[in-house]
Amino acid sequence: MARKLPKVDVVIVGVGWAGGIIASELTKKGLKVVGLERGKERKTEDYFMVHDELRYALRYELMQDLSRETITFRGNEKIRALPMRQYGSFLLGDGLGGSGVHWNGQTFRFLPYDFEIYSKTVERYGKKKIPADMNLQDWGITYDQLEPYYDRFEKTAGISGEENPLAGKRSDKYPTPPMKKTPAIQLFEKAAKNMKLHPYMMPSANLSESYKNPDGIQRAACQYCGYCERFGCEYGAKADPVVTVIPVANKTGNFEIRTHSNVRRILKTGDKATGVLYTDVTTGEEIEQPADIVVVTSYVFNNIRLLLMSGIGKPYDPNTGTGVIGKNYAYQVIKGNAIGFFDNKEFSTFAGAGSLGMVCDDYNGDNFDHSNVNFIHGGMISLAQTGLRPIQNNPVPGGKPTWGKEFKANSVKYANRFLSVTSQGSSMPFKRHFLDLDPTYKDAFGDPLIRITFDFEEQDRQMAKFLADKCATILKEMGADHIDSMKDLGPYDITTYQSTHNTGGVIMGADPATSAVNNYLQMWDVDNLFVIGASAFPHNSGYNPTDTVGALAYRAAEGILKYRDKGGQVV
Amino acid sequence: MVEENKENPESVSRRNFIRNAGFTVGGLAVGGIIGSLIPRNQKETTDTKSTKTKTEDFNQALMYFTPEQFKVIDAATERIFPEDDHGPGAKALGVAYFIDHQLAGYWGFNGREYMQAPFYPGEKVQGFQGRLKRREIFDIAIREMQNHSMAVYKKDFTELNGDEQDAILKDFEEDKVNVTTISPSGFFQMLRSVTLEGAYSDPLYGGNLNMDGWKMKNYPGSQMAYSDIIDKEFKKIAPQSLKSHMNH
Repeated sequence: MARKLPKVDVVIVGVGWAGGIIASELTKKGLKVVGLERGKERKTEDYFMVHDELRYALRYELMQDLSRETITFRGNEKIRALPMRQYGSFLLGDGLGGSGVHWNGQTFRFLPYDFEIYSKTVERYGKKKIPADMNLQDWGITYDQLEPYYDRFEKTAGISGEENPLAGKRSDKYPTPPMKKTPAIQLFEKAAKNMKLHPYMMPSANLSESYKNPDGIQRAACQYCGYCERFGCEYGAKADPVVTVIPVANKTGNFEIRTHSNVRRILKTGDKATGVLYTDVTTGEEIEQPADIVVVTSYVFNNIRLLLMSGIGKPYDPNTGTGVIGKNYAYQVIKGNAIGFFDNKEFSTFAGAGSLGMVCDDYNGDNFDHSNVNFIHGGMISLAQTGLRPIQNNPVPGGKPTWGKEFKANSVKYANRFLSVTSQGSSMPFKRHFLDLDPTYKDAFGDPLIRITFDFEEQDRQMAKFLADKCATILKEMGADHIDSMKDLGPYDITTYQSTHNTGGVIMGADPATSAVNNYLQMWDVDNLFVIGASAFPHNSGYNPTDTVGALAYRAAEGILKYRDKGGQVV
Repeated sequence: MVEENKENPESVSRRNFIRNAGFTVGGLAVGGIIGSLIPRNQKETTDTKSTKTKTEDFNQALMYFTPEQFKVIDAATERIFPEDDHGPGAKALGVAYFIDHQLAGYWGFNGREYMQAPFYPGEKVQGFQGRLKRREIFDIAIREMQNHSMAVYKKDFTELNGDEQDAILKDFEEDKVNVTTISPSGFFQMLRSVTLEGAYSDPLYGGNLNMDGWKMKNYPGSQMAYSDIIDKEFKKIAPQSLKSHMNH
């Protein structure tokens, strides 16, 4: 029998960006909040030895231990799903701060088009533009409605940036100025301007200058050390939950974090959640934490897994298209890239920051006419100088040997003489891309793993090729001596890193028949249960997701307070 | 050779960091380890560096491989990453010691990977689905490299000339060896990756001896800050390893 603890106002499952934001907003209003985090405590001082590519980037120091829990994957329903035994395509976070600790800090708003993607596509191109097997739908919220929450998150994190000429209107400028322009970025900017594109500095959570946020948290400026993605920041310059929202919640005295606490079920009686059941992984003890409000913020995969294992919400059925939990799993099309080799120019690309770069949105969203292309949406194109580390970066011009004498000579020669222009393509939802519980494989507790059914579609292949060609054209304008670009996207492959931008499964919307949560991320079926994260995205845009996750979390915090005052559905 | 840098980029960047961040020494450090980034005693640090006696490298002994296995891997990795005009190859960088030490730890046991049954062969896009651990794969692969050399050249792999060794490795790379228990090409790709890891990881792991891998690539290793050079044209910087951060 599980040991039952005294009831609290709110219990949060997973303390990353979303959990941290909820904790800070609710504890400020006097609610007693318990945050259950299955990983360990993390703090800035832990990263004293962080400039270690092997330990952090290749051995995944900050990531979830796959021996305890992973996901299973199949390209389609005809083949057997098998476990992701080793890391590749995406990296699952672990510990206090979650994936928010090891991100790059690229902090984009989605486009106004994204939130009304179905309506706007039909309006401009007609219904025929949408393939029959594409589950395109509006988000049940507009950009203008979400704008204040974007502003809120960006001020909390201290985002450095400049106005994007092709994006939605901003109510205020970025809280800190853009990052420094490197020679490589200047080269990209000049080429993009020559081509009549609209480059702007990448919005960055790596602070361009010392900054004090509205919560009174002061952080130091980025030192461009080149270790962001897969690493924690030893300066606290990169905004992460541990150096922003979590200390704010802690300071109120109303927040209790319990690490090593793995939530395994959401408990429910009738149409109300009553709390959660978790295992203390250090002792194996099962513990029940009752709460008036349950908030699930445990990354896309675990959000869905918890709902399915707890029998909450109607599971999605790809045959009938009914049900909502697990629906519209989407990812990202990230391989439409080009790499340029420069024989006579060296760049200090060992230096950088996770979100140091320049971007064009001319081929993103509906910023260009799609009448003559076989896809909708698109992606951003950028040159990012995130810090090239020596183990993972040994490219040689295409067709050249990949080991031996010639390889070594080329990889050494080009070590500081190549630049990548990359795209980040959107990912549309399809009827047969979904998440459910795996019938065979179990985690360390004997609970089923989550199963991904996903592959690239014609939409993705066309878009990736289109974007890769644009990337190559920019590199040509930049004066690269040799350019290699993606020719064929191929099938979705879980073994090569693409992005940790998994989305969908508990999607938001205006209609309970086609969405799982309302636009405050409150479950339609269970009024006192909020499910927050990129799991709420009905599709994924051509940008990094964190700004939108942060904005939705701030809005959800407001929804929780409304629910606490009035009860029922808050929309 | 790397240019002699009169301005020690380390101390300069640290001083600037303190200035940029608006903090004074010993002042308030919010959410950071700023205080500990300031060298306690610059002179002491310099003195430590100029120690005259060269200590023996006690790291160069075997934790996992048999001596024969070590010799095969030492020879094979040298073919993948050979010594040339640019600088040392795998052998001189200590790559085989690095691999030996890695296999002795959790990486060799696939300690943080999902190794639960059932095991089924999958599609290529589903990734590694074998039941063998990396150290077992190395055991089998090294034996098969020896068997294949014997079959083709009637000699041990270590006794072959460079071109012959390349031919054996190429047969593994292209799955032209008849091995059923492991994927020859899978092993080759793992060997290639771990060779690069040994050449370019921090010297604390036993490879990249004397930071010579980094020096070849003009990679500065572990620097605290690049804020002074980030917007400037390329310039060589003398590398530092994580060891240099243990002084503060």
